[in-house]
Amino acid sequence: MSRPLSWRSELKRQLGRRRTLWVIGIVAALPLILVAAFSLDDEPGRADDPTIRLVDLATSGGPNFTVFTLVVSAELLLFIVAALFAGDPVPAEASWASLRYLLTAPVTRARLLTSKLVIGFLSTASLVVVLPVWALLIGTMAYGSEPFTILGGGEMPFGEWFPRMAVAVAYVLVTIAPIGAFSFWVGVRSQTPLAAVGGALILLIVSGILDSIDALGDWRKALPGHYSRAWLDMLVSGPIDWVDLRHGALWSILYTVLFVALGYRRFRRQDILS
Amino acid sequence: MPRPAPARPRRRGVRAVALTLAVGCALTGAAMVPAAGASAAEAETAVTTTDQFVDVGAEADGTAVRLDTRLYLPGGSGEPRPAILLAHGFGGSKEDVDDEARRYAADGHVVLAFTARGFGRSGGRIHLNSPDREIADGRLLVDLVAARSEVAKDSAGDPRVAVAGGSYGGAFALMLAAADPRVDATVAAITWHDLSTALFPQAASGNTTPGPYKQLWGTRFFTASFGASASGGAAGGAGGAAASGTPAPAATSSPAIPTTPGTPATPGTTPNNPQAAPADALCGRFDVALCRGLQAAAEDGRPSPELAATLRRNSPRGTIASVTAPTLLIQGEADTLFGLDQADANAAGLAQAGTRHAVRWTDGGHDGASSNPTLDEEAARTWLRTYLAGSRTDPLPVPAFTYSLPVPRRSDTAPVATLDRYPGLQGSPQQTPLRAPESPTVVLTPPGGQPNSMTSVPGLGSVELPTYRLAALPGMSAAFDSATLPRSLTVVGSPTVSLRVTSTGNEATFFVSLWRVEGSDAVQQRALTAPVRVATTPGEPTEVTVNLPPSVWSMAAGSQWRVLVTSTDNSFTVPREARADRITLADATLTLPTAAGAIVPATTERDTESLALVAGIAALLLVIAASALLRWRRRHREHVREDYADIPLVVDHLVKTYADGHRAVDDVSWRAERGQVVGLLGPNGAGKTTTMRMMLGLITPDSGSVHVLGRPVHPGSEILGRVGALVEGPGFLPHLTGRENLKAYWAATGRPADEADLDEAVAVAALGGALDRPVRTYSHGMKQRLGIAQAMLGKPEVLFLDEPTNGLDPPQIAAMRPILQSYAASGRTVVVSSHLLAEVELTCSHVVVMHAGRVVTAGPVADLLASQDTTVFELATADGLEAARDALEGADGILSLETIDEPSKPTLTVVSNRPREEVVRAVVASGAEVVGVGSRRHLEEVFLGVIASSQVRADDGTGDAGLIERLRQVRAR
Repeated sequence: MSRPLSWRSELKRQLGRRRTLWVIGIVAALPLILVAAFSLDDEPGRADDPTIRLVDLATSGGPNFTVFTLVVSAELLLFIVAALFAGDPVPAEASWASLRYLLTAPVTRARLLTSKLVIGFLSTASLVVVLPVWALLIGTMAYGSEPFTILGGGEMPFGEWFPRMAVAVAYVLVTIAPIGAFSFWVGVRSQTPLAAVGGALILLIVSGILDSIDALGDWRKALPGHYSRAWLDMLVSGPIDWVDLRHGALWSILYTVLFVALGYRRFRRQDILS
Repeated sequence: MPRPAPARPRRRGVRAVALTLAVGCALTGAAMVPAAGASAAEAETAVTTTDQFVDVGAEADGTAVRLDTRLYLPGGSGEPRPAILLAHGFGGSKEDVDDEARRYAADGHVVLAFTARGFGRSGGRIHLNSPDREIADGRLLVDLVAARSEVAKDSAGDPRVAVAGGSYGGAFALMLAAADPRVDATVAAITWHDLSTALFPQAASGNTTPGPYKQLWGTRFFTASFGASASGGAAGGAGGAAASGTPAPAATSSPAIPTTPGTPATPGTTPNNPQAAPADALCGRFDVALCRGLQAAAEDGRPSPELAATLRRNSPRGTIASVTAPTLLIQGEADTLFGLDQADANAAGLAQAGTRHAVRWTDGGHDGASSNPTLDEEAARTWLRTYLAGSRTDPLPVPAFTYSLPVPRRSDTAPVATLDRYPGLQGSPQQTPLRAPESPTVVLTPPGGQPNSMTSVPGLGSVELPTYRLAALPGMSAAFDSATLPRSLTVVGSPTVSLRVTSTGNEATFFVSLWRVEGSDAVQQRALTAPVRVATTPGEPTEVTVNLPPSVWSMAAGSQWRVLVTSTDNSFTVPREARADRITLADATLTLPTAAGAIVPATTERDTESLALVAGIAALLLVIAASALLRWRRRHREHVREDYADIPLVVDHLVKTYADGHRAVDDVSWRAERGQVVGLLGPNGAGKTTTMRMMLGLITPDSGSVHVLGRPVHPGSEILGRVGALVEGPGFLPHLTGRENLKAYWAATGRPADEADLDEAVAVAALGGALDRPVRTYSHGMKQRLGIAQAMLGKPEVLFLDEPTNGLDPPQIAAMRPILQSYAASGRTVVVSSHLLAEVELTCSHVVVMHAGRVVTAGPVADLLASQDTTVFELATADGLEAARDALEGADGILSLETIDEPSKPTLTVVSNRPREEVVRAVVASGAEVVGVGSRRHLEEVFLGVIASSQVRADDGTGDAGLIERLRQVRAR
């Protein structure tokens, strides 16, 4: 006799959903769309501007393409994925009216949340990992396997780039976790899928707006997403500066633990009226 | 005193413009920076100053010279104090060291600041620290100090005095310490050992030929000397003001002390005077002979023997061995004017003479500010305080050797390391193989020496302007890359490389610099260049060992380094004749001197953000763990009612008030036994659904309890596994088929699949082929049947069905009836809530009627509907009701009369203990047109009656007594 709502059974509940299939489709298509978009312009970069940007290097090889893909998707897409996968399952069950049947199956409240969270996190994690791997595959096929060109000049051999990129991907996963946790909390509170994902996005956007206000000074460090680009620190020549990565990871862990705990606390006492 | 350029490169460029005007001004400032503090400000108030012009030796042409001085006296008791003579940098004045002087005075020292000959308001010309002029002036200043009663004396005429200065003032300090044995301590910052090798550097090891002229720095000296020449202090202030924003000082800044009357100190000549000779006008306030020598050298790139001799004489080089005063040497690691080699030579001289000394390499210098200015300043103060106190103890008050590592990325300050012995420039050498390019590179010097490679921009320091592309011009450079470093090295000193040069000329000039390879690009950790000028025989190879500029590099494991040889460099005078040199490696190794100093822990660099975050996370986890523990203990106090163990469902005094204050369930108690089909009835809002949700643990009651087979029901209680439910409509995953939904639900319970009795449930649902279609295609009735099937999965002991007949057609409803009845007949319990009273009447064995949150009646259906003393009359019209009622009212044995005044079906219910036939007779006799007589009422009537009576109670407020009476009557039937 396995435990109620085993991870496998929760995975089966989520896997066939349209939104899951759509997200997988978007992630699978993104590198192909980027390759197609780059193929429209033979001369990357802007005339009259010698500044080299990440996008100018994107077509210089598989590793660069991978980094570019991760940069563009870590801006918003992966946050949405995290918000969707972590925040939507509980309110989705509520909106199908199946939540009350799960709870009377019986699945304990904590068990239900744990299964939903674990599967949500694992799905997010696998997408965050699959995206760069897929982009590396596509990028290498499209642009060859040249070593990673560092933005500030110089190159990084594949053997050094790959482990660093792995840590960077793990960091991205850690950075999007608070948004997922926030979405989870809002979802549990409101029992509405739209509120969960929308609330998380609003948090992200407001945090981005506040982050651009210099007058806030060091207070901005506390904003979720403030350190979201710190993983680019991994992709420099020479030793890695861990300060921002450390701060970003710690803030993320703090917020994730906080919002997840709030979600559990709320759901434990909540009357299920849906 | 000009502030040093800030550490941010972006702003450094702006400051560099000021530096070109006031090179010297920046010199002392780069090494020493004021530390603002309230205590210092308080102490300063006690410091009194005296401005005074002091007569010193005349110029060669007989012009009398007076120096502008200011004496700082500390407050406090009148006991004699040690004195410090403060010298300023090139192009500056006594005002530049004002802050520093006040700090030393506040420390309890008498301080004498002065403006050197040729600068500011002092008279005379610039001789670049000539022993006969500036140094002789210094001896007179020591005499002046000795004459002051406020100054402590070692003996008569020998004051306890230290001399300190940076750059121009640093060489002055060293040379004065050598020339005057009365000096007791010296701090010499960013200064030269031999001005001829500093201005004409030669990086070829063991070669004494003067190297190429440092023309950019030379030019800046001239412009600075013009700055010093304009009328009086105003011009000196102009340079200072540009750099520091301080206004030009007034002639007498200390009104308390009378000074030599404020006649402007006129220099010997006024170079800006239009009547002056053109040559003089070009020389500013430089000594004319020196000036002409430097101009000539700038023209052809090499010094005349006379100039070289003068420069050597105007240097500590010749006399450093006579210095006996303990000396602290501070030098910049990325200083393109006076490099570490100059300080190294000074240290060697001091070591040879056995004089106590310490060497401090800072990352400041002429090109930029130190990133640790307070550390440098502290070292200088400690040094002076110790030796002026007369305690010449070993060990030294500061580490014998201190060096700064390159500033790590995103950090503002350089890590500082120390060694207890100064290793020189070639300590602990490590060999790294160098790779020659596949074909020997020919380095071309273009005719006219243009274009120029740009490896560093003097005065701009580590601004990232000179990129590799500006330095390694095609055809004019050769690159030799090292192997990838197997481990990290801290290179401290001067790396060396041996080159073989085959030139087309008789003399080859080239420049060597060290870069870190970054893919196709390269960066310079230290913007320094080693110039080489060697004699060659055309076509014959000449070997030359090049000492790269000494500095400190952090070479990470895995990094690759490049020795770049260029034929030109923008900051040096380069030959104008075209030439081609083939440059190869004489020895394919790069020798790297290393050091493993103890890193001084940075006190300010504590990562408070991380610590606070870790503490926050730990606190949060602690709170979570504590509350989880509390809950776990409470869970184990769940109390099981053994007396209810055989009763499938006991609802006990349930109360639930919602957040809006609505009391949905008010003290509800009832129970269901095995084999019963219990109907839960009540109008909308009666609290049926809330009760049902509490029975399932979906809603937590405010008080009261629900027990299933003696086990309490709460969210997630295991006993719910023996309860099946359909509450407020079915709920399915729309993307799964009916069968998958049943399977998914069962999988969620975590119980073995064979306990599910799936086939039986499927039979109940009777969906046929639709079972394998996604649920989103189902009709309402299909979902409803699937919901009932899901509730019956696993054959639970108790089955809750909320409105099970919703959406079902009459045949399906009829089919459902025996299913439920047989389910209960198997010893299980079914609880059905429904609005279809007829259906309940047919299906249920028992009913519980709720109204407004309370149970108004409960009992077996049969008892509720039928009894011998009840007679129900159906009349043709409502008109007869009154008459019939009147006929029976008050008659013997009539217990109650109930009329339902419904036009379509007016009924009269009579409860009496008289025989039924008598009652019928009485009613017929009253004239009522009776169309039907029955002994059994419909549930609907009971229901409406009960509801009506409880509403009457609520309306007229007759209270509980009335209600109880009504209930008794209902039950009695």
